[in-house]
Amino acid sequence: MGQGRGRGGFPGSGLGGEVRAMPAENRNGLSADQKYEERFRAWMCPANVRFATPEAEKSYKQRAQRIKDVIELKKPDRIPVCPVVGFFPAKYAGITAREAMYDYEKLGAAWKKYHQDFLPDSLASCMLASPGNKVFEILDYRLYRWPGHGTPPDTPYQCVEGEYMREDEYDALIRDPSGYWMRFYLPRIFGALEAWGLLAPFTDLVEMPFTSPFLVPIGMPQVQRSFEALLEAGRAAVEWLQAVAAIDAEIMGTLGVPSVIGGFTKAPFDILGDTLRGTRGIMLDIYRRPGKLLEAMERLVPVAVEMGVRAATTSGNPIVFIPLHKGADGFLSRENFAKFYWPTLKAVLLGLIGEGLVPWVFVEGSYNQRLDFLADPDLPRGRIVWMFDQTDMVRVKELLGGVACFAGNVPVTVLKAGTPEEVRQYVRDLIEKVGQDGGFILATGGVVDDAEPENFRAMIEAGKEYGVYR
Amino acid sequence: MDRTRGALVEAIVGMREKEAVDLARALLDAGGDPLELLDACREAVEAVGQRFEKGEYFLPELMLAGEILAQISGMVKARVAAGATAREKRLGRVVIGTVKGDIHDIGKNIVSFLLDANGFEVIDLGVDVPPERFVEAVREFEPQVVGMSCLLTLAYDPMKETVRALEDAGLRDRVKVMIGGAATNDQIRVYTGADAWGKDAAEAVSLARAWVGR
Repeated sequence: MGQGRGRGGFPGSGLGGEVRAMPAENRNGLSADQKYEERFRAWMCPANVRFATPEAEKSYKQRAQRIKDVIELKKPDRIPVCPVVGFFPAKYAGITAREAMYDYEKLGAAWKKYHQDFLPDSLASCMLASPGNKVFEILDYRLYRWPGHGTPPDTPYQCVEGEYMREDEYDALIRDPSGYWMRFYLPRIFGALEAWGLLAPFTDLVEMPFTSPFLVPIGMPQVQRSFEALLEAGRAAVEWLQAVAAIDAEIMGTLGVPSVIGGFTKAPFDILGDTLRGTRGIMLDIYRRPGKLLEAMERLVPVAVEMGVRAATTSGNPIVFIPLHKGADGFLSRENFAKFYWPTLKAVLLGLIGEGLVPWVFVEGSYNQRLDFLADPDLPRGRIVWMFDQTDMVRVKELLGGVACFAGNVPVTVLKAGTPEEVRQYVRDLIEKVGQDGGFILATGGVVDDAEPENFRAMIEAGKEYGVYR
Repeated sequence: MDRTRGALVEAIVGMREKEAVDLARALLDAGGDPLELLDACREAVEAVGQRFEKGEYFLPELMLAGEILAQISGMVKARVAAGATAREKRLGRVVIGTVKGDIHDIGKNIVSFLLDANGFEVIDLGVDVPPERFVEAVREFEPQVVGMSCLLTLAYDPMKETVRALEDAGLRDRVKVMIGGAATNDQIRVYTGADAWGKDAAEAVSLARAWVGR
């Protein structure tokens, strides 16, 4: 997943096609470890997946246990093979990205075929490929282009870089993040919500005499139209969820593959840098308004933690996916990484772990110049998965071995342009070098949109063959 | 002028934005030569590029240098008649773009900026550039170098198609083709039929320099 292609959605939520209210959290008084055990117990026996056969249930539990084992730095029977997959199943099944996004039947057939033919150890949720096109059309989503809306039919959705938050708006964001999102940010990224700039913040609603004045903007025709669009989008989102969650649940229930994405959140630097200030904006802010930037990121820490906790609680899946974008080698100096990127990312990780969750951090690009930060002694042992792209895996094992589970890093380039033999060699070599002691997941180095099927198969088979612990 | 010029270069390279812009303004107010001022800016940005190449500077510094340069150029343009800022001789010409199907432009823009700062004339075709547009641009501008950028893995085939389109048009041996982007490496260079792959903007500049014999 490249910069600015952060993907939302909470795969696994509402499995079985039902839309549920968020369950109340009854974990007060439990320690982080107790919460962790309780969440993983629930994940092992997913309430919303109906297993087609006892074998499917057995495979599910076996696969889930294997993943739990490696998170805890143990050595299971073999290395889990968990490719991170974007639009590859569409390409493999011969449908376009547009069809995958717009036609739930074709989407379902393609994603089922992918799982049946390759048998990976984790679910490739179709929610990532099809995040609900109708919703975006209704809201006139301007932050992204997608097939048929600005990109060709066979190309996935892509983020449009921009300065959606202006440089003089830090104080407004710091004062009231939700109000900022509602009144400044949303009107810019959703054409249909442009009128929300007229709204007053909900925090006005404290006394009777303040209440009717608050409601006045909502009575204006353009605001009324925006709420009508929002209601329609909400209905479309429910339709979408029912369709895609049923596909995911069927795959999980028939093949016994667990989902390793129970929620999604981001590093505060990336929240601001990807889709609010933009790359240029945030890089300049480091020089022009470092204090404001730091303050805003601090403010976003609890927001980012809550986002991950809520999604994981709703989905009943304790693994929270966090793609890292703008702190990689080449983006920031070590000093600026230490000052601007790492502290608030670390705070988000600690916040999630404190709630019994496991951050699955996708370290995009390379981290060779700052790998030591990830071995921070404040982070509890065996509670994170670090998934690497182009970082030197031997150094990863030196620094993180026995500290945290790490995953990686079959390059998408060899999957596309290599041969099956090259892929096997890569996997074998990687496992020999870094996979001997457990605590390791074989994964792809990037999100796979395009690959030669024979190469993809070679990766899975080689992982299962060379990954057996004797 | 010489001492002020040195101070200006130092302020830009040292990322002291306000000081740099104030110095430039003072220089112009005192009747300094606008063209020499621009020349000092170029010298400074080249030095920034070298630090980037050495791994001392990163994106914040490149972006800020670009900002300072834009502000000073704006002041110069406001004061001199059109046409007075005649360009010095360029090292060579590069046609660059993000290939078909991909709309990411941050990486490409950084490469364009550094090439320009290092004395290349850059024709930037933008994003989602189809092969035929690259072909037309090579015909029209006769560059020595073509640069193709991508972020998505789905852009490998469009890169390959672009190289083939240059071949089919009989233009392939007139240009050197370089590729770059997060999802590229030498294996993708081979796959696409490009001449070289660069891992970052500094490598793109080195490649282009080597190809024009500088």
